Amino acid sequence: MFLTFLTFLPLVGAIALAFIPKEEEGAIKQTALAVAIADFLLSLQLYADFDTTTAAMQFTMDIPWITDWGISYHVGLDGISLLLYIMTTMLTAIAILASFGVKKHVKEYMMAMLALSTGMLGVFISLDFFLFYVFWEFQLIPMYLIIGVWGGPRRIYAAVKFFIYTAVGSLLMLVAIIWMYFHFHETVGVFTTDIMLITQQINLDMIEQKWLFCAFFLAFAIKVPMFPFHTWLPDAHVEAPTAGSVILAGVLLKMGTYGFLRFNLPLFPLASVEFLPYVCGLAVIGIVYGALVAMMQEDLKKLVAYSSVSHLGFVMLGIFAFNHYGLQGALLQNINHGITSGALFLLVGMIYDRRHTRLIKDFGGLAKVIPVFTVCFMIMTLSSVGLPGTNGFIGEFLILLGIFQNQMGFAIVATSGVIFAACYMLWMFQRVMFLEIKHPENEKLTDMTPRELCTMIPLIIFVFWIGFYPKPFTKTFDASIEHLITQVEPKKTHESPGGHHAAVATPVKMAKAEAGLHETH
Amino acid sequence: MDLIPAPEVDLISLAPVLVLSVFTMLVMLMDLFIGKNKSGLVFVSLTGLLMTAVSSFAKTDWPVHSFGGSFVVDHMSVFFTMIFCLSSALAILLSVDYNKREKIRVGEYYSLILFCTVGMIILASSTDLIMIFLGIEIVSLCLYVLAGIRRGDVRSSEAALKYFLLGAFATGFLLYGMTLLYGSTGTTKLAGIAEAISSGQTGSQPLLTMGVILLVLGFGFKVASVPFHMWAPDVYQGAPTPVTAFMAVGPKAAAFAAFFRVFTEAMPGLAPSWEMVLSIVAVITMFVGNLGAIMQTNIKRLLAYSSISHAGYLLIAIIAKSSLASSALVFYMLAYAFMTFGAFGVVTLLGREGKENLELKDYSGLGFQAPLLGLAMTIFLLSLGGLPPLAGFVAKFYIFQAALKEGYVTLVVLAVLNSAISFYYYLRVIVFMYMKEPEGELQISLTPITLLVIIIGILGTVELGLFPGPVLSLAHP
Repeated sequence: MFLTFLTFLPLVGAIALAFIPKEEEGAIKQTALAVAIADFLLSLQLYADFDTTTAAMQFTMDIPWITDWGISYHVGLDGISLLLYIMTTMLTAIAILASFGVKKHVKEYMMAMLALSTGMLGVFISLDFFLFYVFWEFQLIPMYLIIGVWGGPRRIYAAVKFFIYTAVGSLLMLVAIIWMYFHFHETVGVFTTDIMLITQQINLDMIEQKWLFCAFFLAFAIKVPMFPFHTWLPDAHVEAPTAGSVILAGVLLKMGTYGFLRFNLPLFPLASVEFLPYVCGLAVIGIVYGALVAMMQEDLKKLVAYSSVSHLGFVMLGIFAFNHYGLQGALLQNINHGITSGALFLLVGMIYDRRHTRLIKDFGGLAKVIPVFTVCFMIMTLSSVGLPGTNGFIGEFLILLGIFQNQMGFAIVATSGVIFAACYMLWMFQRVMFLEIKHPENEKLTDMTPRELCTMIPLIIFVFWIGFYPKPFTKTFDASIEHLITQVEPKKTHESPGGHHAAVATPVKMAKAEAGLHETH
Repeated sequence: MDLIPAPEVDLISLAPVLVLSVFTMLVMLMDLFIGKNKSGLVFVSLTGLLMTAVSSFAKTDWPVHSFGGSFVVDHMSVFFTMIFCLSSALAILLSVDYNKREKIRVGEYYSLILFCTVGMIILASSTDLIMIFLGIEIVSLCLYVLAGIRRGDVRSSEAALKYFLLGAFATGFLLYGMTLLYGSTGTTKLAGIAEAISSGQTGSQPLLTMGVILLVLGFGFKVASVPFHMWAPDVYQGAPTPVTAFMAVGPKAAAFAAFFRVFTEAMPGLAPSWEMVLSIVAVITMFVGNLGAIMQTNIKRLLAYSSISHAGYLLIAIIAKSSLASSALVFYMLAYAFMTFGAFGVVTLLGREGKENLELKDYSGLGFQAPLLGLAMTIFLLSLGGLPPLAGFVAKFYIFQAALKEGYVTLVVLAVLNSAISFYYYLRVIVFMYMKEPEGELQISLTPITLLVIIIGILGTVELGLFPGPVLSLAHP
């Protein structure tokens, strides 16, 4: 019940905003912020109450919804979704605070932001396919409007592209969901769309798994975005208003990786193993390609956008490492990327508000003029690069540790991505912050306002907190990761006697799986 | 089972048809005696529709076959009767303000809609080719007149003429198809035809196949599927907006009911042959409708193409044949009624006397100038596109479910890809409403009765999307 309350609180807030007269812009902004902050603070209670020793769903609620089809309103959180959930509430509050400067249609903007929040939170808590799909599509609309109404010059193109890409992917997933629904009825005898039940009991052969995997893969790969499906991302990021980019990078992309963890791996373990080389291949291409393209960008926002393609490639690698370190790293890097990219987009937004340009060549020598801004920017740059002591290091290190254990080749190529990241980020930082001041406009820039600082401070705290002491974060998903590995492993070894899968299952992983089994039983 | 029982007269089962006919004639008579103010007719018409809806429950021990097996009261016919009453009532409500504005002062208007509804009920309840033909003719004749009811307007007259000529042409196909079917099976009863086909007592096979194809073409015209969809954009554009909305829902639903009945009840034995034809027709219809809609700049033409594409989705239900498919069909039509009338309601509101504001650019800035109206239109369009949690999504989900259950995976994949295409043009309207600067001050006069239609549309669209449970249990026998 508490979880439902938290999820729908922003939507209720959005509806409440409708009753505030349009002219009262101050009141509208404050109400929206108050709702978002309240939602964030209350969601911390979930962390406090969360039992880290079990992989079971917690805070669950299950009430029948459309009984004729066996659909119910089933929600809950486990280790995979808990931190994503809390990060969403936090980024929503920050995004709203960061958009106090929005000029036109303030009321509609804040309503869209709050509605978006409910949509995103809903995706992470849904334990019913139908419900999941509803939230998955629902959050498209506010995001579409945020890009399309409050975005940059090519906003309409970017918004429509964003919408259509996601819709194509998710509609095929819908077909897969309905197919599984009937398959489950044929084999188990129950009409249900319950994710937990289906994951536990569905029995699919290799061919079926492959097809279904592909349908789900497309939906999530577009969202992540993985390499050939990423073209919507630079457009959406560049055209979206600052807060839109923050949410897009911070949360929306995570829905893709979350989908892989929640659906692809546990539902289709055979196909996941079978497609492992391809997925890892695409992830590695994404890492290198994203980094190289980022290096060539002249626009700061585009650079950060392409760096997302690269970073999310790491997350995908971590997921498909199928071992504890990899998954741990992937989950942590999910959070890290939300914090770091979100912050970078905020910073780029701040500088854009002052100079109305985002081109690297228009800056230079900012360090002397706006020192506080520069320090913030530096922290986030280093976090993005993965400097030890920052959150990025822990995440990428764990991922590489995981993938080195069983996919040496991919790991070696992926490591180059870390070096490339250092190249493009530091080079960009140098050109923007150091060197001589070439443009006289830059001498008159003002430093960060208290409000802007407020949006930045929580993110900076998390950068160092995760960087120095990640335990409070990693402990939330350890149990779930073990459970996930056991879900993938036994099916893999039992149902595929024969050589080529065994090659993938290394002794280390087998040991992990057994350990996981013992812990959970 | 006795195939041809002695024709008995069971007026109770005909109750909805009789009640509505009486009210229709009442409306016609009243029109002679009341003056220029026709609002009394509206009241009587609505009462008539309500009574009809109630009287359709005169028989509840479904299915009840009567008149020697040519008329049936069953789950589908009752549910469809409800949809017809609803859509006709909404059409009448929508017309009140519109007719005042456009100075359509003919009392026949309402009786024509009611007569049309009688035809629709007959169409959905008939299990005999002759009866079905009668139903189709009653519906079509009323529609020809309704499309051209704005006599002074060139477009309206053009729409009527076009619809009439093409309609007559298509009726020829339909009748010829029925004749061939009769010729090869020796009966016009659907059950009899099915019996004859399954026992192999048919005449020459080519004639039968020819008959089936002609039937596909004939019904195809009525539901505006390819290759007989060309009339729809022109007629939808030219006809008065409430009539357009009416045509897009009621008669279409009726045609689909008969289409479904004829193909699933009379010719299950021939399924392999017509399934292929219908699949091709369905896929092409979806693509033509959706791709055609992308190019449109006129909202009525856009909705016309969108309705063509929806016919494509509905054809999938016929291909799936099962009882689940029939429930999906009725549920879809109900959802479609709410969102279509809602959308046309908004279209009507935006018009003014002498200026209908039908171009997409007339919608620029609507979302911020009239937030609630913009929101309503957004909901209707997204629902038409099939976005959850709205009625259109549940309806599509139902159809896809029915089709996947029978194993038509390719067809469903093509349909969902079409849904994705359709988002493009539905979003285009939203782009105009929210993302373009207004071209001038929008003058919207919020006429109350039209608003009522929009509110009913919103309630239906949201209710069927969020809590479809009760209606689903009704729809599923």
